[in-house]
Amino acid sequence: MRAALFVTCLVDGVVPQVAKATVRVLERVGVTVDMPFQQTCCGQMHVNTGYPREAIPLVRNHVAAFEGYEAIVVPSGSCTAAIRHQHADVARLAGDAALAAAAEAIAARTWELSEFLVDVLGVTDVGAYFPHRVTYHPTCHSLRLLRVGQRPLRLLRAVQGIDLVELPGAEQCCGFGGTFALKNPAVSAAMLADKIAAMRRTGAEFATAGDASCLLHIGGGLTRLSTGIGTRHLAEILAVTRRER
Amino acid sequence: MTFLGMPTAPPGVGQLRQEAPFPVAAARALDDSQLRRNLGHATSTIRAKRAAAVAEVPDWQELRAAGAAIKDDVLAHLDRYLLQLEEQVTARGGTVHWAADANEANQIVADLIHTTGETSVVKVKSMATQEIGLNEALAAAGIEATETDLAELIVQLGHDRPSHILVPAIHRNRNQIRDIFLREMPDAPAQLSDEPAELAAAARAHLRRKFLAAQVAISGANFAIAETGTLAVVESEGNGRMCLTLPRTLITVMGIEKILPSWRDLEVFLQLLPRSSTAERMNPYTSMWSGAVEGQDFHLVLLDNGRTATLADPRGRAALRCIRCSACLNVCPVYERTGGHAYGSVYPGPIGAVLSPQLTGVADNPDLPFASSLCGACYEVCPVAIDIPSMLVHLRSRVVDYKGRTPEAAAMHGLAWTMSDPRRWTWALRAGRAGRLLGRHHDRIRHLPGPLAAWTSSRDLPRPPRQTFRDWWRSR
Repeated sequence: MRAALFVTCLVDGVVPQVAKATVRVLERVGVTVDMPFQQTCCGQMHVNTGYPREAIPLVRNHVAAFEGYEAIVVPSGSCTAAIRHQHADVARLAGDAALAAAAEAIAARTWELSEFLVDVLGVTDVGAYFPHRVTYHPTCHSLRLLRVGQRPLRLLRAVQGIDLVELPGAEQCCGFGGTFALKNPAVSAAMLADKIAAMRRTGAEFATAGDASCLLHIGGGLTRLSTGIGTRHLAEILAVTRRER
Repeated sequence: MTFLGMPTAPPGVGQLRQEAPFPVAAARALDDSQLRRNLGHATSTIRAKRAAAVAEVPDWQELRAAGAAIKDDVLAHLDRYLLQLEEQVTARGGTVHWAADANEANQIVADLIHTTGETSVVKVKSMATQEIGLNEALAAAGIEATETDLAELIVQLGHDRPSHILVPAIHRNRNQIRDIFLREMPDAPAQLSDEPAELAAAARAHLRRKFLAAQVAISGANFAIAETGTLAVVESEGNGRMCLTLPRTLITVMGIEKILPSWRDLEVFLQLLPRSSTAERMNPYTSMWSGAVEGQDFHLVLLDNGRTATLADPRGRAALRCIRCSACLNVCPVYERTGGHAYGSVYPGPIGAVLSPQLTGVADNPDLPFASSLCGACYEVCPVAIDIPSMLVHLRSRVVDYKGRTPEAAAMHGLAWTMSDPRRWTWALRAGRAGRLLGRHHDRIRHLPGPLAAWTSSRDLPRPPRQTFRDWWRSR
């Protein structure tokens, strides 16, 4: 099977290890990964901050970048949700029905990583080995827009050596919210403080999630307070094997 | 898109506007330890109870869809249903008044009370009258209004503002309530403790005297049934029943969106509302009346105050489906931490963040659509399926359009220009490596300049990598 990787802008420029890990996992389970170089950003930040018109060229570019691919994998619940729930709307705002149709067709072939592994490939055990105590935070857009449900947990439970502990109040938002973190920094910090307190109660060494963006926020708070809890994207945990760190 | 000349809620009256920017008011509330404790306790308790009450209903999602569909039908044919309601209420001996905004509504109510010769009235808990600042307007006209809902009474005696739609004194604990009663309620027993039963008994004795003396009552309405002109008030304490039946004159102030076409439709909402709001299977008191009861004068004031303007926006009008249950407030991670006062408006929380800016126009509440992390918890619990997150995003674009040229708009435009071309974006990503300098001491960035300092006020940022993913892929 072939799949194109939508890296996402944040992962490409800030945390490339997440995309490298995604490639390792996909290749290990037999997927040939394509990297369309025309890709940039899904435009979610523009839409969610009130700039849907500025997102039009980004949607146009995304459609052009991925039009020829049969399956598209994204290591982010939030960007997947933007492709599924916002792209066609943005295209319609531009008055471009053909673009809207193309965006909808691409959305139907786009999967968040855990969806792709579990639903498309039918795999839950990817042969990973991660001998650490880990707690999982279900990010809001994975949880409520994509409804990924148990998929990430099924993947994590199949990891050898892992000590997976439940996060109290897991379904509460971490306070990231894109530009919310900048526009309402005090509320964002208050939400983060509670999320971190819950993580500390688990005694976990690592916090994991399916979104690098939320993890950037959570991890930024964890290191600021020197909690000693690290963050790993779901793909980074699934990428580690007994042989390869 | 609000059209010019469409009536919006006028400034200077009522309570629909942010007084301070939301981030500033929120930061102040976040530092109030007592408030945080009271709110955290109350919202988490009611959240769990609501979830249990809703889980008992196997067809909840169908009920929710029915609720949304009925309300959408009402909104699409509001002109027809309003006239039908007026006709039915009039035929049953009531008088209907039309108020374009808060000022008109307040004037109508004050004039009606003056005609009776009374100078004091009792009130049933009502969001519409809070919205238009009726108590203040009546005070200015020499009329004393007494709130008879326990929590509203606490707010009124405390010279305070409601901070929650259903539980207006949610920010107070019982100790604070005892202090307010002892200070402000002349007939409160001197030995009053902070036991809930004692507090309720003191309020009961105080209110009983008011009920028996009152000649005029003012209420809102949860629902108005167009086919029979029947009004319905749903409450838990029985104070509403007293107000609606004892006084000689009853004046009801109701937003024009409260209509239901028929009695059959009420069946849906009497299941949706109690479980969503108080987590009860059935609320203790549901009072219904059609027109004037013998020996009583009945007046119905139909209030627009920005509702028509809200209706004009196809992507915002679903906010008018709201039945004021407060489920969205109780699950909102922002509301849970800031409380209602930070929003300025009597409609706080997620629904307030979409309703208030539409009633006033976005110019007067520009921060509220941004007072959300878009986590989506509100949409999940809304009994009439208002997609609040999508509506917030839409209203954000209206705020951006209203503000015009700002540094933020320039930055977003520049970023879109860079990101819409893969070559420009590849170079911009490489240029980002300059940020490595900022993180050279700690291997992470602890201070960012300019507006990005809001990030590093509470969070680190990882040091940018030596190589972007796309460059790594090329070198692979």
